[in-house]
Amino acid sequence: MVSQQVKIGMVIIGLALLAFVIPQSGSFVILLATRALAFAILAMSVDLLLGFTGLSSMGQAAYFGVGAYLTAVLATKFGIGMGWDFWLVVVMGILLGAALAAVFGLFAIRASGVYFLMITLALGQCVWGLAYRWNSVTGGDNGINMTGRPNFGIDLTNDVNFFYLVYAFFVVSLLLLYILVRSPFGKSLAGIRERELRMQILGYNTWLHKYIAFIIAGGFGGLAGVLWAQTNGHVSPENVVLTTSVDALLMVVLGGSGTLVGAAIGTGIVFGLREFLSTIVPWWQYVLGAVYVLTILYLPMGLMGIPAWIRQRRSQRKSEESKKLASKPS
Amino acid sequence: MNTQFWIIQTFNGVSYGALLFLIGSGLSLIFGVMRIVNLAHGSYFLLGGYVALSVIEATGSWALSLPVAALTIAALGIAMERLFLRSEGFAFLRNAVLAAGLAVLVSLGISAASPQLLGGGWLQFMILAGVAAVLIFLLLSRISVLPIETDVLRQVLLTVGFAFLFQQGALDIWGGNNMDIQPPPAFTQSIVVGGIYLPLYRVFMIGMALVIGIVLWLVMEKTRMGAAVRATVDDAQMARGVGINTNLVSMFIFALGAFLAALGGVIGGAFLGIYPGLDFEMLPLAFAVVIIGGMGSLGGAAIGALAVGLADNFGKALFPEFSYFTLYAPMVLILAIKPTGLFGRE
Repeated sequence: MVSQQVKIGMVIIGLALLAFVIPQSGSFVILLATRALAFAILAMSVDLLLGFTGLSSMGQAAYFGVGAYLTAVLATKFGIGMGWDFWLVVVMGILLGAALAAVFGLFAIRASGVYFLMITLALGQCVWGLAYRWNSVTGGDNGINMTGRPNFGIDLTNDVNFFYLVYAFFVVSLLLLYILVRSPFGKSLAGIRERELRMQILGYNTWLHKYIAFIIAGGFGGLAGVLWAQTNGHVSPENVVLTTSVDALLMVVLGGSGTLVGAAIGTGIVFGLREFLSTIVPWWQYVLGAVYVLTILYLPMGLMGIPAWIRQRRSQRKSEESKKLASKPS
Repeated sequence: MNTQFWIIQTFNGVSYGALLFLIGSGLSLIFGVMRIVNLAHGSYFLLGGYVALSVIEATGSWALSLPVAALTIAALGIAMERLFLRSEGFAFLRNAVLAAGLAVLVSLGISAASPQLLGGGWLQFMILAGVAAVLIFLLLSRISVLPIETDVLRQVLLTVGFAFLFQQGALDIWGGNNMDIQPPPAFTQSIVVGGIYLPLYRVFMIGMALVIGIVLWLVMEKTRMGAAVRATVDDAQMARGVGINTNLVSMFIFALGAFLAALGGVIGGAFLGIYPGLDFEMLPLAFAVVIIGGMGSLGGAAIGALAVGLADNFGKALFPEFSYFTLYAPMVLILAIKPTGLFGRE
């Protein structure tokens, strides 16, 4: 078993490498990494629910969407968020995501299992419906095109500067979520994931715990949306659609749920595959489908679970061998 | 907003509901019997439409395209169910299919990335794919697969994976254009009832859904197979205990669900069109039907389909900017108040 310190050290080295290597590469890679980091914040918020609380939300794109649409609408209709007030928009995006989750949570948290999945799907579709149809605000199917990125002393239209900004947001989100899941609150979430009834009997208000986790995840989803809108300069119903929520879920499972870092790795892999392959071959979606099928069938613990799986197989084999030796008549 | 408006909109809503019944009833039965949330169900609808287009192009017969498309997709559904959703006893075949598919992808990828490596020859390509297939097969068969029956999330993601595969497959075979299924000319006329023109095709859709609904109801309520299905919905373990072959029931239901969805695709293709992306447009609507009616209930699916059809139509006509919101918000409320749906059984 690798100790926690070593794991943290590996993550820090990985993050440092990312900060160092990405800006050296071409603009294609920089933009790709920026996108992946913004989306990874959403994936980590999904992981907070799925991996640490045991709630599989199929509507996480809703919070992502409101964050993104808020940014786009404020920027194009009111001219807010292109200077120092960008930070105001960030705060508003987080608050709006959290507020929406606070409303949606009232409906969703009561449900469990497949019903939670269904109700979050329906809630996500509500937001998608507004994004798709409420033409006067959201621009309907065409979405909203934004012009340029904010400039507050630091010019964010420079892709490298913007990469560092998103990178910083990503690192801070990772840190905050890590502190959260290691806190007593996070431990009781894990308790709910393992056995909700037992936690209730122990006197925990499990509804409130799940509700708070849901709101926090919504806040991070909103943040991811704000960053996404600024990264792409374009917001459309495509960002709120059911498959975006499902994509985020897959990224978490692919990386390994309940690890936070796994969510980020999963995001990186899916984005990398999608963007690179779509430039080479027209049939990249086969690969995406194959990643889904293979992950679910053969890699249910995700990439982060591979070391543990290998260890388990080794110890199994060892114990089988020792059994054989023991049973051999001497 | 005179009476005529209301009558026409109601008629349109009911006929749309008839279509939704076809896709929703199968999804509902699949969930009820197998406890599987199938996100590839919209793909059956889309693929059904595409297969029908090919049949019509080849033979010119619309009537023939209905059963051919539905049966083809039912076979596809059975293959998916047996190989991937409940693969006990078929692990070898599943691994072989996956290995072959992956090997072709790998070889295609290599030949796209560096064409000179393979020299563009078919022989080299086949050799490469064969070697890759064997290697991947050996790797896959070393990994034991956890059954996915008990894990809703993994079902969802697995079936989404298939939906993506089907989507790309359809794009490669039939292209990305919006296509229309032309029903026979007899159906393109309108009938006049009390001074209101009603398109005959929509009348046919309602009739078709009624007939299918009644047949399904008779099968479920009056036959031995139907009794076995109902027993499996209520308590699969007990059903197995009294000697019902629940594996066979599951297969039958999955095939039936795919059959109905594909039929919906053929019938709906005439006025929705058939285009990439239709699968994920119909899927949430099908789920709305299932959720409002209650999972696993045929009567519930009928009521749910009618409700969603009417809500969708009146929503679009009365408040176009909020039309989808007015459709999904009631779904949330129903789920929050009665999670099992209006007619679902615990």
